Amino acid sequence: MWRCVHLYGPTVERTPGFVIVNWFIYSKGAFMQVIRLTAAPHGFGETVRRDNWWTTPLLVFVVFSSFIVYATWAAFQNAHYEYGPYLSPFYAPVLWGDSAHAWFGPQPTWWPALLPFSPALLILPFPGLFRFTCYYYRGAYYKAFWADPPACSVGEPRKRYLGENSFPLILQNVHRYFFYIACIFVVLLSYDVWLALWFPDGAGGTEFGIGVGTLVLLVNVVLIASYTFGCHSGRHIFGGRNDEVSKSPLLSACYDCTSSLNRRHMLFAWCSLFSVAFADIYVRLCSMGIWSDWRIL
Amino acid sequence: MDATFRLWRSEPGGAGALTDYKTPVSEGMVVLDAVHRIQAEQAPDLAVRWNCKAGKCGSCSAEINGKPRLMCMTRLSTLDLNKPVIVEPMKTFPLIKDLVTDVSWNFSVKKTIQKFKPRQPDAPDGTWRMAQKDIDRVQEHRKCIECFLCQDVCHVLRDHGKHDEFIGPRFLLYAAQLEMNPLDTADRLHDLKDKHNIGYCNITKCCTAVCPEHIKITDNAIIPLKERVVDRFYDPVTRLLRMFK
Ligand code: SF4
Ligand code: SF4
Ligand code: FES
Ligand code: FES
Repeated sequence: MWRCVHLYGPTVERTPGFVIVNWFIYSKGAFMQVIRLTAAPHGFGETVRRDNWWTTPLLVFVVFSSFIVYATWAAFQNAHYEYGPYLSPFYAPVLWGDSAHAWFGPQPTWWPALLPFSPALLILPFPGLFRFTCYYYRGAYYKAFWADPPACSVGEPRKRYLGENSFPLILQNVHRYFFYIACIFVVLLSYDVWLALWFPDGAGGTEFGIGVGTLVLLVNVVLIASYTFGCHSGRHIFGGRNDEVSKSPLLSACYDCTSSLNRRHMLFAWCSLFSVAFADIYVRLCSMGIWSDWRIL
Repeated sequence: MDATFRLWRSEPGGAGALTDYKTPVSEGMVVLDAVHRIQAEQAPDLAVRWNCKAGKCGSCSAEINGKPRLMCMTRLSTLDLNKPVIVEPMKTFPLIKDLVTDVSWNFSVKKTIQKFKPRQPDAPDGTWRMAQKDIDRVQEHRKCIECFLCQDVCHVLRDHGKHDEFIGPRFLLYAAQLEMNPLDTADRLHDLKDKHNIGYCNITKCCTAVCPEHIKITDNAIIPLKERVVDRFYDPVTRLLRMFK
């Protein structure tokens, strides 16, 4: 099938398994010649590349899938999410729940009886969707999970392509709203680190202390904050939208800060993913009595 | 030491094949040197475009072992010479002959982007004032040498052939360079969304990976433009705020 798409440009010939772009060169409105491209590899995974191009998408696939599986499992547990003054970041903040950290008391009566209750189910969708709509993660999972493309200059499995130009992926543009929510989470998680400094003193009160768990939660919140404040939407809001950012010293300073975090956005995306999972594992294993928390101070 | 170069040779009528050439190589050589030696000694009719040999003119773009690169900036010492080095023309543009492609589509695309439109001069002598910091941001975009390697690798063009709908990373970069210029007053956001279809870019960063000028095309041009498009067309709050302005 041939389709001529505009006066000067390619036409796309579609045969099963192939997209062959043919070019019509026009001169004063008349065809001069048709030139076929060299055999551009268009079958899934076809490439002339010699390196192990599949290692990065494979690694991304394995790590992201493992994280999703673990986070979903942990969210449904509704147990072992706190230990002493520590609260797992998957469950922070506890809005309702059987915990001393709960803001509004035990499980609400309006909770659907069919759905197992867990405080994490009310919380995790927000940071989850923040990451899901993150520009870095999007690029990474479009490659690793959707092979669009599997890697640079490697053939794709599908011919149809909509990109983020129309429904459903156009919804990714909501990202900045999850950024606003994520900023609130940074504050809440920081407060949890503060709480993790006050250990029960045995006489019904609390005393200042630092445990390994405090440090785990602290490192986690630093990494999450570095990831969050390096967000591209944040960078746009803190000066990127402004062509003369230098005119406002405050905005200018914010823009410099967020830009420097933004340069390492991928690094912080990965580190904070590991740290948040590790913080949950740490609290969980301490609470289960498998690990014991070491008090430093 | 001899190395084998497997070059794309076109044949009359649009067909073509990869052909092996063995040639002596020495320390410090780049792929373009080897191709020139083959042209001088074995294949005088081999078509190859080049100009500066310094990675600044953007003429010698090709695909070396499947990766879009400048031939003059690819040192042989970075390649495995025990296997034939495959050199092919860019695959996203029509082939003229051998390693030379017709990149004129890019020039016609460039014409569709609204021109720079500076504000009224700031001083009575007809000059403008702007801070170095603000111009630094677009300075990066101006490093582009128009080699079109990013256009070549972008899957929206390469795999999906959307040349008629999508302007590609090079011209999103160009649009950003104008749009973010402190003096510019033109408004390109409507075109970017509806005519140039910035939404097709799925930020997979292949363009950034191949850019010989190391321009952060995706992070510093495409995403900032996407965010501006969100401001204008999708974010209800900024739309509301604009109504009150
Ligand atoms: S980031 Fe966007 S413009 Fe760049 S190669 Fe990927 S899809 Fe194309
Ligand atoms: S942006 Fe980089 S890769 Fe693209 S044309 Fe310019 S120099 Fe070449
Ligand atoms: S772009 Fe990654 S968090 Fe916003
Ligand atoms: S010859 Fe000028 S960039 Fe290679």
